[in-house]
Amino acid sequence: MKNYLQLNLSLLYWVFIAPFKGQFFKLSPIIRQMVFIGVRAVPMVALTALTIGITLAMQSARSLQQLGAEIYVPNLVTVALLREMGPVLIAVIVIGRSGSAVAAELGTMKVSEEIEALEVMAINPVRFLIVPRFLAMLVMLPALIILGNYVGIFGGWLVCWLALDFNVAGFILGALESSDLWDLYSGVVKSVVFAWLVITIACNAGMHVEGGAEGVGQATTKSVVHGLLAMLVSNALLTVLFFFGR
Amino acid sequence: MNTTADQPVIEVADLYRTFGKRAVINHLSLEIYRGETLVIMGGSGCGKSTLLRHIIGVMKPTSGSIKIFGEETTAMNERELTGIRRRFGMLFQSGALLASLTVGENVALPLIEHTKLTPDEIEQVVKDKLEIVGLKGFERMKPAEISGGMKKRVGLARALALDPELLFSDEPTSGLDPIMTAVVDRLTLDLTRKRGMTAVVVTHDMTSAFRIATRMIMLGRGSIIAQGTPDEIRNCDNPEVQQFINGEADGPVPLNISQDEDHPHIAPRPLVTARGRFHNKTP
Ligand SMILES: Nc1ncnc2c1ncn2[C@@H]1O[C@H](COP(=O)(O)OP(=O)(O)OP(=O)(O)O)[C@@H](O)[C@H]1O
Ligand SMILES: [Mg+2]
Repeated sequence: MKNYLQLNLSLLYWVFIAPFKGQFFKLSPIIRQMVFIGVRAVPMVALTALTIGITLAMQSARSLQQLGAEIYVPNLVTVALLREMGPVLIAVIVIGRSGSAVAAELGTMKVSEEIEALEVMAINPVRFLIVPRFLAMLVMLPALIILGNYVGIFGGWLVCWLALDFNVAGFILGALESSDLWDLYSGVVKSVVFAWLVITIACNAGMHVEGGAEGVGQATTKSVVHGLLAMLVSNALLTVLFFFGR
Repeated sequence: MNTTADQPVIEVADLYRTFGKRAVINHLSLEIYRGETLVIMGGSGCGKSTLLRHIIGVMKPTSGSIKIFGEETTAMNERELTGIRRRFGMLFQSGALLASLTVGENVALPLIEHTKLTPDEIEQVVKDKLEIVGLKGFERMKPAEISGGMKKRVGLARALALDPELLFSDEPTSGLDPIMTAVVDRLTLDLTRKRGMTAVVVTHDMTSAFRIATRMIMLGRGSIIAQGTPDEIRNCDNPEVQQFINGEADGPVPLNISQDEDHPHIAPRPLVTARGRFHNKTP
């Protein structure tokens, strides 16, 4: 825990203070990490979001049909996706895919003395290794979640169109009517918080590996388990803050 | 900051470090002067790498003091250490190349980070440094694609990239063939004699040790058993030293460093624990 707070502090220093002292971060490693963390996750995220959209629509259609209110399916799908399902499930995918990979990569570097070598070359490992991953995650997770929202809504529309005889305009109207901009924003705010938690937990686990390959394995598991827990708890807290307190 | 000729470049005083209860470095003191090539010898596991790690500041001692270029490093924070670290190079026992970068990028890394050279100039320096370690034209390979001895030499090229005043090498010649060993030794000699670099070299290779050393230290059980010029060491009448430099199996050096006294709860009945671990699922 102490390590984790220290990591966050030095991260804040390198992201927000060092650039004003003339130590800018380089763009190319950030872009490389964005491709790795974000772009390569697109197919998985799209598939996840599509299946969620479809299942949400099917389940809500069944329940709403009993009330004769299928007309509200788009509303339900959109709100559920934007507010909760999109951010949470896509964060799960990114934790499993990118968080674990970051922890394993940094852990391997730690046990093969690479991080020590960086320190000895007077290169700060936080600046060199963690800042690019952090910034990449902070941009890419929200981007993935916005993409996921669209794909999920498309999945909902597929169900409505094929099974419930909605026309396109009807679906879009329903979707727009039910959701205000705040639904989208709250999802994006959540995703930024998730991104912060996921990447700092993964980096912290990787940087503090002890022992050899076994330690790397443990750190990878830890990054996933702690990342998921932190993400779900913060999601609950943010939901209270955004939708219950108002 | 200024070090005169008679002031030691490195001053280690009463260094003490324990892992658990075991003292790996036991009240060790030594001084290293400008232009010297100090060779540190000693059996495997006697604490040579650990000593280097303390001197370069990646490990902190339990007690004792370390001064580099006249400045106390044990109490320094990362930012203060940075200034000193730019002035020395270190070759790790494992090479410690960054696996995600190519050989050329590894050597270029300190130059990119700490100098204002243009990309063309950096490329030229990288080429030169790789050439002096006999690796011309390997810039584009990844560390995973080259042999162990080649990794060592890339690590050496990287350590030399900034033309350091002080070089630490942890077994620079292990894994090298005799010819490459001679090349690396000559490089060390050139740098110390012509450029006034100070070198601290850990090695098990006695031929190489006697070729480059101006002074030698033999470590055992965490402290210095013997030290002196190569001639003094060769003629030293300490039986442990004689056994070591002549490479004899029988002699006073203990073969196994026993941990029993320190970890009584780990040592007994290892086979029983192993059986419990691997066979508990059999019916
Ligand atoms: N991080 C650590 N935690 C616990 N014990 C350690 C650690 N690092 C080193 N040791 C112990 O310190 C002792 C000295 O290790 P060191 O790596 O310095 O040996 P060495 O002299 O370099 O050996 P070799 O010649 O094989 O490289 C070993 O017995 C090792 O068990
Ligand atoms: Mg060693």
